[in-house]
Amino acid sequence: MKRIYLDHSATTPVDKKVLRAMMPYFQDKFGNPSSIHSFGQQASKGVEDARLAASKFLNCAPDEIIFTSGATEANNLAIKGIVGAIKKKNPGKKIRAITSVIEHDSVLEPFSELERSGVEVIHLPVTPGGVIKLEELRKAIDDDTALVSLMYVNSEVGSIQPIREAGKIIHKHNEQRLKKWLSGKPASRGEKPEPVYFHTDATQAVNFLNCDTKHNFLDALSLSAHKIYGPKGVGLLYLKNKTPISAQATGGHHELNRRSGTLNVPGIVGLGAALSQLSAAKVLKNNARISRLRDSFIKKITARIPDAVLNTDLRTAAPGHAHFSFLGVEGESILIALDLEGIAVSTGSACASNRLKASHVLVAMGIPVEIAHNSIRFTLGKYNSEKELSQAVRQLEAAVKKLRKISTEYRSK
Amino acid sequence: MIYSPKVLKHFKNPHNQGVIKNADAIGQEGNPTCGDVMRIYLKVGEKKSGKAKTAKSEPFIKEIKFETLGCAAAIAVSSAMTDLAKGKTFKEAMRLTKDKIVKDLGGLPPVKVHCSMLGLDALHQAIKNYELKKR
Repeated sequence: MKRIYLDHSATTPVDKKVLRAMMPYFQDKFGNPSSIHSFGQQASKGVEDARLAASKFLNCAPDEIIFTSGATEANNLAIKGIVGAIKKKNPGKKIRAITSVIEHDSVLEPFSELERSGVEVIHLPVTPGGVIKLEELRKAIDDDTALVSLMYVNSEVGSIQPIREAGKIIHKHNEQRLKKWLSGKPASRGEKPEPVYFHTDATQAVNFLNCDTKHNFLDALSLSAHKIYGPKGVGLLYLKNKTPISAQATGGHHELNRRSGTLNVPGIVGLGAALSQLSAAKVLKNNARISRLRDSFIKKITARIPDAVLNTDLRTAAPGHAHFSFLGVEGESILIALDLEGIAVSTGSACASNRLKASHVLVAMGIPVEIAHNSIRFTLGKYNSEKELSQAVRQLEAAVKKLRKISTEYRSK
Repeated sequence: MIYSPKVLKHFKNPHNQGVIKNADAIGQEGNPTCGDVMRIYLKVGEKKSGKAKTAKSEPFIKEIKFETLGCAAAIAVSSAMTDLAKGKTFKEAMRLTKDKIVKDLGGLPPVKVHCSMLGLDALHQAIKNYELKKR
């Protein structure tokens, strides 16, 4: 059976070119990049080339790149590291941090930890399309605010957040904060105020959107290699110079003391190679192709399957996402039925999560829990073909039909 | 794969799935908000049990059908359970436990055991409903 992979939000296969770039670093160039001898230098060269590639992609300085084990670690480092460093500098000071209700758990959990340590955390709500409202952000930023962290693209429904606009709002607030301080009397105005730092979890955006850190007014950005046709277990945090940070892993002095631990050399080389593939021209071409495939896929589904509700708002979504609810059937049962036919998808249903809770993203978008249970997420990638998608629609139609016949909650009209 | 081959077999081709139009009893458990709803339909017969001389007539499950909104495990449990319950007297059917069904299915992921067993509750509900009606 030829299998069909429609779960690119979960992970992607490693691109052949990426794999080829990585291969020498397992055996021939196996050195520890911290070693001074020629073996170490060889490995270090691989790491530094990847750092250059990443800095080019993000339009930043090479030393603003911190390699990590992935986006989860990068998110933890950014959120706990920035707020932690500010807390240390200003003990007893009231601190506010702002994020949204639709973030990944690797952002929400660190914020919960901060909340337990006394930081005030504001979770911005989203529209029914899954996008934050900039007005809410503007209102939430006050003089105590230290950090804003917003994801670039939501991993479940694919909604794109207005990162550049949010960055502008923060930038403007910082200018005013500084101006206010400058207008005070030098003797009584105290220390220069810390600006609000802006972090984005760009994990799901890198394949598709502009990640220029200057264009987007960013101080920090997380990304992961395995979502962009690179290897698992490696990612990075872009951290603008002079941003306060307290390291989470210490004791090795790697990455300029910001993240200790021997570098994953083949992984980092793979990440660099994966980013090098994402030239602006290639991204544009790929976006056009994937969104064309996705749109025709959605059209076929809505034409052939009654009561299929599209939860992805196509006006504000990344090109690869199509998130549906098939009324009257439980998402996990569709997932398993498709898996038995070799088709890989994902669901926001509680029945597929170990915690037995429906997706917090769908609930935050105002989707009733019983409809969240009916959901299936399709995320397309660069290797998908028209033929595969037609095949998937046929199997999906059969699965939904069969499961609706079994269901207590669906009577065909 | 997280499910046993037997669970998948039942899920692919569920037994006793559907509706009994003139059912003698119906039982239902769960709600769409928690993600699972199970409904059991029964046709009830009478059969003699015990030794010939002292034999008593007892109700038994002549026919059983189910409808399920739920995950693959919930559907497989409904199918396996209706197989086990078919032909059983009420007393025997009330003695059916989740452990027996899980064993019959070659195991279930632990997180799935609780919710998928709503089918058993629905069966017991149907039997109680029948007995209430007869009283």
